[in-house]
Amino acid sequence: MKIFVPLDSAAKALGADEVAEAIARAAVARDLDVQLVRNGTRGMVWLEPLVEVETPEGRIGYGNVTSDQAADLLDGRLNSLGRVEDIDWFARQTRLTFARCGLIDPLDLDDYAAHGGLVGLRRAMDMTRAGIVQEVLDSGLRGRGGAGFPTGIKWKTVAEAEASQKYIVCNADEGDSGTFADRMIIEGDPFSLIEGMAIAGLGVGATRGYVYLRSEYPDAIAILTQAVKIARQRGLLGPDVLGSGRAFDMEVRTGAGAYVCGEETSLLNSLEGRRGTVRAKPPLPALQGFLGQPTVVNNVISLATVPVIFERGARHYADFGLGRSRGTVTLQIAGNVKRGGLFETAFGMTLGEVVNDIGGGTASGRPVKAVQVGGPLGAYMPVSKFDTPMGYEEFDRQGGLIGHAGLVVFDDTADMLRMARFAMEFCAIESCGKCTPCRIGAVRGVETIDRIAQGDAAAIPLLTDLCETMRDGSLCALGGFTPFPVMSALTHFPDDFATLQEAAE
Amino acid sequence: MQVHAPAPTEEEIRGVVMPLASLEGPLLPMLHALQDAWGYVPQEAVPVLADILNLGRAEVHGVISFYHDFRDHPAGRHVLKLCRAEACQSMGGHALAESTLQRLGIGWHGTTPNGAVTVEPVYCLGLCACAPAAMVDGRVVGRVDDARMDRILSEVGA
Repeated sequence: MKIFVPLDSAAKALGADEVAEAIARAAVARDLDVQLVRNGTRGMVWLEPLVEVETPEGRIGYGNVTSDQAADLLDGRLNSLGRVEDIDWFARQTRLTFARCGLIDPLDLDDYAAHGGLVGLRRAMDMTRAGIVQEVLDSGLRGRGGAGFPTGIKWKTVAEAEASQKYIVCNADEGDSGTFADRMIIEGDPFSLIEGMAIAGLGVGATRGYVYLRSEYPDAIAILTQAVKIARQRGLLGPDVLGSGRAFDMEVRTGAGAYVCGEETSLLNSLEGRRGTVRAKPPLPALQGFLGQPTVVNNVISLATVPVIFERGARHYADFGLGRSRGTVTLQIAGNVKRGGLFETAFGMTLGEVVNDIGGGTASGRPVKAVQVGGPLGAYMPVSKFDTPMGYEEFDRQGGLIGHAGLVVFDDTADMLRMARFAMEFCAIESCGKCTPCRIGAVRGVETIDRIAQGDAAAIPLLTDLCETMRDGSLCALGGFTPFPVMSALTHFPDDFATLQEAAE
Repeated sequence: MQVHAPAPTEEEIRGVVMPLASLEGPLLPMLHALQDAWGYVPQEAVPVLADILNLGRAEVHGVISFYHDFRDHPAGRHVLKLCRAEACQSMGGHALAESTLQRLGIGWHGTTPNGAVTVEPVYCLGLCACAPAAMVDGRVVGRVDDARMDRILSEVGA
């Protein structure tokens, strides 16, 4: 009897370890031969811990299992959800990047290969550098970290640069609230990231890679470190990648709690052992990145998507999507929402469908007030903008951004002035200090919002002006995008900014 | 974590960081190793690191002070991190943090008088679909309500 209990952090946070132990104990007590597999999560966090039992009919799921249900589970007295693949929330997805996540044992390389793993890398090994880069260009893949820059163009720049050493750096500093896709894929299918980085290495001629992984993710660090070790033992990494005669190896590095290090140039500084301050561009990291050498800096999801592009072909990937947003988007539905989790689908679904239809509305049962899309630097979208399709340009036109595709739902008890103040406060705490609009602007922003809260209407144009300065004058997205949550809160929820003033009138 | 341990010697510090000296960009791994060993980055390490890496002391200090993770003094026996980010706020994380701190009679970064627990803010544990979230000595806890918090606090002896 094969039973799957996820080891994903979200599942563990909801008791998966205790459930796994209880099942093991109950199996011993019944003298049952149970093979317990700790898989990644299927992404349905609302059902975690989601235990699966392998049967001739397929894998049968049991949702929200508690440790005292272990005996009932083994004795067949627990109500099931049916086959996991048939659960509507799961069945409606297009899982390309996350195809294996939750299906396999994350550290079993043979299981990985049995489910399509390494096919992409083997195909890339027979291609020229230019051919590899062209494949990524043709797929239309754009950086999933937030900026949406075409991945292939970045690779092309690095591939064409002349240098004795080039690097692949994976940005796993997933600091945005409402996002957890990087963590989930690293915990649930780490070899896909390793394979993606190896393909990138072959494509641009880089022999060394680093994953800059945030310290807030200790489970992900442990799993990826183990996966790298296994990959090295099995010849997937090292001087002769899968017998190709070409070298690629990588290391996992731990961040140290600075949000700004998710910005690629501060990440590079941090990786070099410096303060994580932002570098002015140019020079582009693609030409002078880590230790001054040509460097590809890509997000986890971008790199983890590369293997499936090579496995099934660029055409197949590019066939999904909307406009210039090709392929799939890994939506992370979070916050005050009934059915939260990771939902991978082609670009193009509307915000309202995601929140109401997939997410099921709020967890509290109250009306939705706002949805912050794209992390702490993303706009608060009001319900009136729920018809906006999920796509880079589509969100841009509505004054928002998709970012890393995290959505945080708020119900009508949310105080948007307080959320705007928090955005400024967060920027003030996390500013690297390099540029004035961000370092000073954020502090003044908190003060100005406090004035508004005290009923000073004259402070509103001041805040608007300050936001313009921050947006136009900041060196990176931290100062430059903090105006998104602030101004969207002010524009779409003016009532929250006028309470005291109105009371006085 | 050794709250009353004597300050480490230069030899001990070198013993912890020297195995990392051949890495590209070794400073952050070294600082993490020091904090893993002593629970904080001892002041005594600054001149040693400066010497090994051929940096100014001010430069080393600047790096240590830039990052939220590195402590300049030991924490309590347990560290409780409470997420303050938006997803947790949308599920009442703010009120939960306030009531927890009030109950313990400490502020952010404070340690209870019995040395049992230090409470630190964290901006996102990636548990945004099961908020509000907390982390106790590296162990994650989701959907934290008053009952779960009671259990956490009694476990750490606060």
